[in-house]
Amino acid sequence: MKIHEYQAKNILREFGVPTPVGLACFSVDEAAEAAGKLGGNAWVVKAQIHAGGRGKGGGVKLAKSIDEVEHFAGQILGMTLVTNQTGPQGQVVRRLLVEQGLDIRKEFYIGLVLDRGRRRVCLMASSEGGMNIEEVAARSPEKIHKVFIDPLAGLGARDAEEVARKIGIAEPAVAEAAALLQGLYRAYTDTDASLVEINPLILTAGHHVLALDAKMNFDDNALFRHPDISGLRDLDEEDPAEIEASRHDLSYISLDGNIGCLVNGAGLAMATMDIIKLYGGNPANFLDVGGGATAGKVAEAFKLMLRNPNLQAILINIFGGIMKCDVIAEGVVAAALEVKLNVPLVVRLEGTNVDLGKKILAESGLPIISAGNMADAAEKAVTAAASAAKAVIKGT
Amino acid sequence: MSILINRNSRVMTQGITGKTGQFHTRMCRDYAYGKDCFVAGVNPKKAGEDFEGIPVYATVKEAKQATGATVSVIYVPPPFAAAAVDEAVDAELDLVICITEGIPVRDMLRTCYRMQGRKTRLIGPNCPGIITPDEVKIGIMPGYIHKRGRIGVVSRSGTLTYEAVAQLMEQGLGQSTCIGIGGDPVNGLKHLDVMKLFNDDDETDAVLMVGEIGGSDEEDCARWVRDNMRKPLVGFIAGLTAPPGRRMGHAGAVISGGKGTAQEKLAVLEECGIKVARNPAEMGKVLKSVL
Repeated sequence: MKIHEYQAKNILREFGVPTPVGLACFSVDEAAEAAGKLGGNAWVVKAQIHAGGRGKGGGVKLAKSIDEVEHFAGQILGMTLVTNQTGPQGQVVRRLLVEQGLDIRKEFYIGLVLDRGRRRVCLMASSEGGMNIEEVAARSPEKIHKVFIDPLAGLGARDAEEVARKIGIAEPAVAEAAALLQGLYRAYTDTDASLVEINPLILTAGHHVLALDAKMNFDDNALFRHPDISGLRDLDEEDPAEIEASRHDLSYISLDGNIGCLVNGAGLAMATMDIIKLYGGNPANFLDVGGGATAGKVAEAFKLMLRNPNLQAILINIFGGIMKCDVIAEGVVAAALEVKLNVPLVVRLEGTNVDLGKKILAESGLPIISAGNMADAAEKAVTAAASAAKAVIKGT
Repeated sequence: MSILINRNSRVMTQGITGKTGQFHTRMCRDYAYGKDCFVAGVNPKKAGEDFEGIPVYATVKEAKQATGATVSVIYVPPPFAAAAVDEAVDAELDLVICITEGIPVRDMLRTCYRMQGRKTRLIGPNCPGIITPDEVKIGIMPGYIHKRGRIGVVSRSGTLTYEAVAQLMEQGLGQSTCIGIGGDPVNGLKHLDVMKLFNDDDETDAVLMVGEIGGSDEEDCARWVRDNMRKPLVGFIAGLTAPPGRRMGHAGAVISGGKGTAQEKLAVLEECGIKVARNPAEMGKVLKSVL
């Protein structure tokens, strides 16, 4: 799960990580009021969306007066911000963060992520703040310093100070920077984060360090023990189809193709997308109905795919293990009768109760194209989608 | 010989009294030599009772002492599953298979850290389990699709493994042992660990490795295979079309920071001289071609 920058900063402050003083705002008036409350003579107005790259997209502005704060707030709120992380459709800005402007001397990069191979949390630090860290890693990997943190001992003061010195934090600020890094690590573990990224961490003229930006993602599997963090979920930032899917406990990801896929199991679902592409088609979604799906859940999954206006064909690929083929078949029939099925449906069933499943589909009277194996199914779905697309063009 | 398990394995179920634990313990007991193999269950609140004749003990240690079981399979719910693995490790079992899906990463980090230097091997979590066909099945895979033979299968996935097995069967190829190592970012045995076991197993002639996006397990395994493997190996990687930054169902199946793409993995596999099945419908066919 992702949260907004201002929410991440609220969490980090609880762990003793200093950040600029700021206020979250939902309107232009609130932004002006916030600037007045914060005082000073420079403010930063920052768009709050879950994607990064906001500055380059015009979502971060420096204001020198309250009038300018109002002006920029009006400009940014409601705008569709397109960044290198939002995709071409962009993301509408509904929230702002107004912060006090600071006198920045130097910028650094700090990140905490899981290193899967080492089975450790990895602290990454670099003198190249404000940059895309993937580019830094590719161009000058020697500028990224890593510490693999012992899960029982945590991040020690000595390691933290050493990293601070390595990235070039001046001596008077080293102790403060080390404390900040330790706070970040505690925040990472205590909240079950999957990513903490501070880009940039800044050094001020007065030798203080602060997290100027903050990004936190969380381990979905651990949200059950963090109701406060679950409460920060912002549905406006998520795809409506994916929200609907999560309500039914389905694993669904929207893609930009035209062949809907309904599959049991994540690995088989990925392989099904891959084989569609291999045969010249494009998957409209990733959809894993899971191992223990009921007929009702399958019906919901089916309806979800049919809502996609780009849909030209559906491919159902089921290898029944725990999930029985007859259960899938019942769900498909129920959904197809409920919602008007207006695209070709290709079904490949294999595994537990396969004959019963096939019988249910055959007796339903639905115009189902049945397939003998994965390759056959993909080929038929791609052909069906192509001819459906052609028919649409002819019709218009 | 097969690897890790055979008809002489003695197995306990942790979480035997839950719905999932009951269902699968029954299925496993009814498969091949399962009646001899599944000898105990564990539930601290139901010690002294039995599940369809299988005695339930309060702790793993007691179950081991009373029955001689040295293998455990875990169906405990996610908040308590890592602690269940810890208990099995502390009781010095040989092998633990954790089926549970949805365990927090932090819990598994701690558990794997505790396991260093201990004798217990862990398969999973978030995995279908392990089967030595026609001998013993420990996990949730459908037993009837398998047949005893000489191909080893190791995979991060569940149903995609069944698909791979079905494709092998179409080619008339049975399996020595099939292992699902699980789809989580922090897990027990990796492709490489399993590959070493298959390499040393005189009943395995060739191996099918089914991987997916995320992490670098497949690459690590491929580099070892290049220098050490004495048997033919075919690789498949799912997720060529997966968008970066999105978790594809499995917690571990995510391309992050430009790392862990299927393209990159396939390239490394081929560089290491491993035959790759690019078409997911041809895993069995390609495997047959290397024999």
